[in-house]
Amino acid sequence: MTVIDDMEASTESIAAGNGVLGQRMLRKEDPALLTGEAVFTNDMKVPGALHLAVLRSPYAHAKILSVDVSGALAMPGVLHAYSGADLADSWAAPMPCAWPVTDDMKNPAHYPLAVSKATYVGDGVACVLATSDAAARDAIEAIDVEYEPLPAVIDLEDALSDNVVIHDELGTNASYTWPLVIEETEGDCQKAMDESAYVVKERYVQQRLIPMAMEPRAVVAMPQPFGGDMTLYSSTQVPHILKVMTALTLGIPEQQMRVVCPAVGGGFGSKLNVYAEELLCVQLAQTLKVPVRWNEERGENTQATIHGRAQIQDIELAADEQGKITGMRVRLIGDMGAYLQLVTPGVPLLGAFLYGGVYEIPKAFDFSCTSVFTTMTPTDAYRGAGRPEATYAIEHAMDALARKMDIDPLELRRRNFIPKEAFPYEAYTGLTYDSGDHDKAATVAENILGYADLRAKQAAQNTPDAKKRLGIGVSTYFEMCGLAPSRVLASLNYSAGGWESATVRVLPTSKIQVVTGTAPHGQGHETAWSMIAADKFGVDPADVDVLHSDTAIAPLGLDTYGSRSLPVGGVAIGMACDKVIEKARKIAAHQMEANEEDLEFAGGMFTVKGSPDKEMPLAAIAFEAFTAHDLPDDLEPNLEVQVTYDPPNFSWPFGTHMCVVEIDVETGETDVLEYVAVDDCGNKVNPLIVDGQVHGGVVQGLAQALYEEAAYDSDGNLQSSSLAEYLVPAASDVPSITTGESITPSPTNPLGVKGVGEAGTIGAAPCIMNAVVDALSGLGVQDIQMPASPLKVWTAIQEAQA
Amino acid sequence: MIPAAFDYVRAESAEEAISLIGQHGDESKFLAGGHSLLPLMKLRLAQPTVLIDIGRLTDLSYIREDGDVIAIGAMTRHMDVENSPVLAEHAPLLAHAASHVGDPQVRHRGTIGGSIAHSDSASDLPATTLALGATYVAQGPNGTREIAAGDFYKGFLTTDLAADEMLTEIRVPKMQGAGWSFQKFNRRAQDWAIVGVAAWRRNGDSGIGLVNMSSVPVLASGVSSALSGGASIEDAAALATEGCDPTADLNASIEYREHLARILTKRALEASSS
Ligand SMILES: Cc1cc2nc3c(=O)[nH]c(=O)nc-3n(C[C@H](O)[C@H](O)[C@H](O)COP(=O)(O)OP(=O)(O)OC[C@H]3O[C@@H](n4cnc5c(N)ncnc54)[C@H](O)[C@@H]3O)c2cc1C
Repeated sequence: MTVIDDMEASTESIAAGNGVLGQRMLRKEDPALLTGEAVFTNDMKVPGALHLAVLRSPYAHAKILSVDVSGALAMPGVLHAYSGADLADSWAAPMPCAWPVTDDMKNPAHYPLAVSKATYVGDGVACVLATSDAAARDAIEAIDVEYEPLPAVIDLEDALSDNVVIHDELGTNASYTWPLVIEETEGDCQKAMDESAYVVKERYVQQRLIPMAMEPRAVVAMPQPFGGDMTLYSSTQVPHILKVMTALTLGIPEQQMRVVCPAVGGGFGSKLNVYAEELLCVQLAQTLKVPVRWNEERGENTQATIHGRAQIQDIELAADEQGKITGMRVRLIGDMGAYLQLVTPGVPLLGAFLYGGVYEIPKAFDFSCTSVFTTMTPTDAYRGAGRPEATYAIEHAMDALARKMDIDPLELRRRNFIPKEAFPYEAYTGLTYDSGDHDKAATVAENILGYADLRAKQAAQNTPDAKKRLGIGVSTYFEMCGLAPSRVLASLNYSAGGWESATVRVLPTSKIQVVTGTAPHGQGHETAWSMIAADKFGVDPADVDVLHSDTAIAPLGLDTYGSRSLPVGGVAIGMACDKVIEKARKIAAHQMEANEEDLEFAGGMFTVKGSPDKEMPLAAIAFEAFTAHDLPDDLEPNLEVQVTYDPPNFSWPFGTHMCVVEIDVETGETDVLEYVAVDDCGNKVNPLIVDGQVHGGVVQGLAQALYEEAAYDSDGNLQSSSLAEYLVPAASDVPSITTGESITPSPTNPLGVKGVGEAGTIGAAPCIMNAVVDALSGLGVQDIQMPASPLKVWTAIQEAQA
Repeated sequence: MIPAAFDYVRAESAEEAISLIGQHGDESKFLAGGHSLLPLMKLRLAQPTVLIDIGRLTDLSYIREDGDVIAIGAMTRHMDVENSPVLAEHAPLLAHAASHVGDPQVRHRGTIGGSIAHSDSASDLPATTLALGATYVAQGPNGTREIAAGDFYKGFLTTDLAADEMLTEIRVPKMQGAGWSFQKFNRRAQDWAIVGVAAWRRNGDSGIGLVNMSSVPVLASGVSSALSGGASIEDAAALATEGCDPTADLNASIEYREHLARILTKRALEASSS
């Protein structure tokens, strides 16, 4: 583990320029989205394209004995049909997993279509190309596959027993075990467990979730005229990674691959991947020299696109008389699903560093994760990826400890907070938390909610025979995001870096282009990035255009995930703007015959200190740079700078969430009455966008706590494969969310910003579940597994009272 | 989400629709609001070869007084049932139940006739009209007949309608002055009921319809007789699950469904009594 000790400290105020930063500006993206004019991948008109449909295994685990596609070939409009075996020689390499977390990690070869065995319901076994989507979907029903069904492997502990081995060539279902033991002296953790005044031992289950982006996936692979160039349009979060990976898996020279994302309707991590259908479309388009397209149905999306969470967590927490944590042990089983997708094995590692939450934890920490294959859809990064799971465990266990000690859960947290003065704080893990003020975030939330009054109200209401019981939930969190310092990623065996690229270009007419390597899919980067540049140059954000999501236009980049876009990509933009201004300064000094040091730049104008009559606007400099008629010697024409920024540290947003629930004891229904979120993400470029991210995140966390579950039956069938059974809550099902303000600028980057894309999700699930258990503990209920459906709550009450 | 191939014919009158379905036979279906039929077709759980669209039969969209009853045309959309001043006065329970169907999009397309003809026991309006003692009017090649709601529901998605009969009207007795309540228990506002209870009380009489407690909508007549025999609400409600045969799913075990039926019946009766 690399220890980061060379942070570039900066506390420069964010509003350095024309006051654009920090404004609640409406998003530039929204008019196109709201009027329906935005073009998504499946909206593209592509003359002559063939439509791909994939036949998927109805069995969770089955040998494929034979595949006969002749029936499909006889159907109207069908031009080609292939089994997995037919295409087996088309792949230069298996589908990529970019995170071999240990040297001995087991990773079964994974190809776009299964050849000898299907290992989850939804696994592709054959495909058809036809002149329309309808014809292709009709035709896959005419493919005849002979299966020999094998037992499904659904239960994680059963999977670990290797009773049924899924990938014969591996000889086991265990993929890897990854330990993180941090002790001063060997045995410190055990010693804490043996000697501390309090120990709580809990088991939590992170149910499988379906990311359920509003737009399912869609792909168009378009061969370019003559010469072998290929353009891949895909509804993805990762055009740059996808370009490299398609080149590698299909053996296409990378310079011939171009990836473009049209408008992308959400991802939540599910589009941070390289998928079978992308590779099938490109491979078949290349071979047949026609465009090939595919559009995912919702039912396919729930089975053929990655799932998230899916862990069993055993956590032991030791504390002294006062409740100060003295040690922690975590044993995790991670459900990988049937195969390792792009970053599947790394997800539990991202959480491993956050089990300590916002607390002072001694070096008596013993973590280990064993990840296992099952016959279910592969899992991978889903909003928060490992960090919501870790936060849930520590925050839910803190409540268990508070109950055991019979003290207020907020008070227990305060006793353990890392104090404000301690930042930057080197944690037990060796990571440095750059900034934090946990007491403040907690106090803001406490005051908005009226915590003390509510506790009194609760005490009065929750009599033993009360029909409606109040529960108050508290949760705090530290998030490790802004992925990521490349050297740290190296120490975790990740196969890529964590930098981001930005190019800033002032055009001859002084309009500005910002080229970013981030790949927005709902976050509002066009708005936020133009605000950063507008502030630097003193222009209107409308004069800044943000170019992105096309590898021909923005060739360098590492895309959007892990709340990285602003603290890495946005910071790179600010740096590129500064460098452009430095170049402009040289031109201005030359033109005005002044010393560079005497020039001041504000509101888009260079002025000379002491000579009020001398000034030169950016527009004039841009034109000089373009004509190059009279530039200083050795200065290249044009105002354009490219910057690649590798962050020196992660981004460390933190916060406190609080909520109030009321539980109908007769029916088990939970009503969330109030929700307060205080998320400190440092300086805010656009608070409106921050609020949007927090609201959406909170609802997704609340959804895990109360509504959503990818439930499988014992035969490995997904029982919640449509939006009728997979309960994504709608606006009418969630409370109004109050956001409170706490701003602790990050000293890690010049903008003082931190990521906020995942924060809400991380805080919300433990907050709600803590409230649910808080409401019911008086009835003897110890815990309830997520989602706390009315059925489960009612059952828990019955059992506790029996 | 692409249905299997089918032909489409639009009927200009009820008579034409009935003769078309006679011509095309078993594999043809009426298309009303399409909000039950089309989702099944998109999942390929239903694959009719001919759809006979009755969506333009606007003369079957009405709500009017007819002596002691309110007559509702089969093609009346849920939204019109929900907002009808006639129903607000004479059968507010039905208007209120219609306001709980799905979401506004569903209510603007879905029809009361389609809901009752489809006869999903998890739907709100079959059980509600059953509780209200409605009769349904069916028109076939040989004329019309009236079917009491109690005789209409034959089994899972099966009714007394013949293949060439069309449901044209729903007749609900006027019930001024009755206390009423509709209790729908679901996890999201837009969902079908896990369990639902439609109830009314007037003088000694009552009607209680249960949603999703069997393969057909259930009339909890045991509860009504107990009430008229002077039982307390609590004791009467305990009889709600008599004759029910609920199933288990992700949202409810059989035991929980039965518990909910009793609790919601109790709540519905309490609300109808005040
Ligand atoms: C997202 C969603 C949520 C929903 N939520 C609910 C809910 O909470 N509660 C609820 O009760 N319902 C709900 N529904 C169902 C909705 O109420 C449907 O509109 C209704 O069940 C069917 O009416 P329709 O007019 O759409 O019928 P269609 O779908 O057109 O037809 C349904 C069936 O009835 C037949 N049919 C239609 N009209 C006649 C007729 N006049 N004579 C004979 N046969 C006929 C058709 O042939 C077909 O077999 C929901 C639907 C959706 C899509």
